[in-house]
Amino acid sequence: MLTKERKKQIYTTMCKIRHFELTVITMFEANVLRGSVHLYVGEEAIAATICSLLNDDDYIASTHRGHGHCIAKGATLAKSMAELMGKADGYCKGHSGSMHIADFTKGNLGANAIVGGGVPIAVGGAYAARVNGRGQVAVSFFGDGASNEGVVHESMNMASNWKLPVIFVCENNQYAVSTSVSESTSVKDISVRAKGYDMPGWTVDGNDVEEIYKVAEKAVKRAREGKGPSFIECKTYRWFGHWMGDPQPYRTRDEVKVWREERDPLKRFREKLIASGDFTAAELDAIDKAAEEEALAAKEYALSCPEPDPIDLETDVFYVPEKEGGAN
Amino acid sequence: MAEMTYSQALRDVVIKEMKRDPKLFMMGEDIATLGGAYGVTKGLVDIFGPERIRNAPISEAATIGIGLGAACCGIPAIVELQYWDFGLVAADQIINQVAKTRFVFGAQAKVPLVIRGQQGIGRGNGATHSQSLETIFVHFPGLKVVVPSTANEAVGLFRSAIRDPNPVCFFEHKLLYAKKDEINEDPDFMIPFGQARIAREGTDCTIVGSMLYLFRSLEAADLLAQEGINVEVIDPRTLNPFDYDTVIESVKKTGRLLVVHEAHRKAGWGAEVAAEVTERAFKYLDAPVARLGAVDCPIPFNPMLEKAATPQVSQIVDAVKALLYK
Repeated sequence: MLTKERKKQIYTTMCKIRHFELTVITMFEANVLRGSVHLYVGEEAIAATICSLLNDDDYIASTHRGHGHCIAKGATLAKSMAELMGKADGYCKGHSGSMHIADFTKGNLGANAIVGGGVPIAVGGAYAARVNGRGQVAVSFFGDGASNEGVVHESMNMASNWKLPVIFVCENNQYAVSTSVSESTSVKDISVRAKGYDMPGWTVDGNDVEEIYKVAEKAVKRAREGKGPSFIECKTYRWFGHWMGDPQPYRTRDEVKVWREERDPLKRFREKLIASGDFTAAELDAIDKAAEEEALAAKEYALSCPEPDPIDLETDVFYVPEKEGGAN
Repeated sequence: MAEMTYSQALRDVVIKEMKRDPKLFMMGEDIATLGGAYGVTKGLVDIFGPERIRNAPISEAATIGIGLGAACCGIPAIVELQYWDFGLVAADQIINQVAKTRFVFGAQAKVPLVIRGQQGIGRGNGATHSQSLETIFVHFPGLKVVVPSTANEAVGLFRSAIRDPNPVCFFEHKLLYAKKDEINEDPDFMIPFGQARIAREGTDCTIVGSMLYLFRSLEAADLLAQEGINVEVIDPRTLNPFDYDTVIESVKKTGRLLVVHEAHRKAGWGAEVAAEVTERAFKYLDAPVARLGAVDCPIPFNPMLEKAATPQVSQIVDAVKALLYK
């Protein structure tokens, strides 16, 4: 059930993701941050809502557009931003950058820059969860583009056949780089593919927290009870280009405008929270303000972090028990 | 000590390691009831059940990805590739995911995953079931590459691979499975990675040969001995890490080096060994390092052609003589 406390948690996470991403843009434009950076603005409701149902020992595997998933799974903005800048105190010591952030302490098995590459890894997390027998679950985030990768289908088949506790969350943001879903995909609703793997599949408005929550709660419960995987397609939209600097000739300004102005997930959730009487505008403003300050502090932290030491380059390739001072 | 075939010896390791670590599991095509296409897992499903000896669908990429995910989450996994050639179907998972997991995530993860299977010529399996692919995996940082020759070595190396908290690509040769050997049955018998073995001592020329080619090199050494040429034969045992010290010590003595493998000669791992030894030990070399490997064509089906495409004992003999200017 979507309690008031849970609503607050989701709203807070969405604000953090939004301000983190907006700060990333300013840093990219100021040339203090470089590389492949894919923004999650416009899709915040999905990660925030799904991860609100997870515990620290549940697993997720994320995508190249992964900042939102990381934050929703408990990553701090500061260490995330440090990683985006490739700094020593980033989550991955500057080895990963934007596209490979992981935080194993929070069950985040990593963003993944190969489209669809993280899906079997999440299923492997679900395999481990079942062996552990503590009711853990795994969530595999991927996009509409990945839904056409062979390994995603292999993974869905195996997860269903082996009844693994995994939730496949397809973030359909309508475009795989420049190619629209209608050009690339045989079905209108990607969730119908779940039927082919004998698992429940739902298509929901990915910009509506309550809608996502309703099905995600069922999917997570089903997984925790050992009944197997589910598939949730969240229809959404990315506000910005595929990457920073994408000229976006494949979509119109009007289309972007409609999604930004009329379907902003954060604005919609805010309006609902106020209308339901759960929160006042002032309370939500305070959450928003705190998130903005946290994002700005993350920027300052990342700027102040030292560069990584190249001495780790070869020693971080393998785990060496003696070096770590522990057994295998 | 007990006499076992190479394939029985590997199976015995799985049994002992699965009893030792109740979390260890294995996935692969046809490994349960059939016991694997080459019989390595015969009967294991009866001992450990279908959850731990798990038949996988023909989905190599997802199988390896699932193994990786499980391993990252603390459940050690062995994935059997029915043919290493099929590992190429899963190249993204092996090279982009498995190999890079520890490094890209800033050394957070341990990845106790073994990917093993057989490869190579000899059974008329044709171009996509007969390749020797170990070289490819040596190229990428993050994968340990193991190439056992004798059954007993396979046991010690396989146990090290299973207990290693890092990904290991373990290559078996289909023609070696039936070969018998005295096996060290100590349940903790392990051969550390990065230690080559001098399989035969000699003074005139060094041969580095792995897997099937260790045996062919030893055959060649016997023939050369009849002509008064004493060859030292080294089994590298692992290609990553590679034990250059042992090879270079040998070259200091012999002044000559031949590297022979079944992988294609062009850009094969022998080329890397030749370059490295030349750089490190040039002053001890009395001749350029020589290499033998498969011809630059896919492995053909016809047995006569297959022979012609891969190094034969007589070619090893000739190559050594050429190094000795004989």
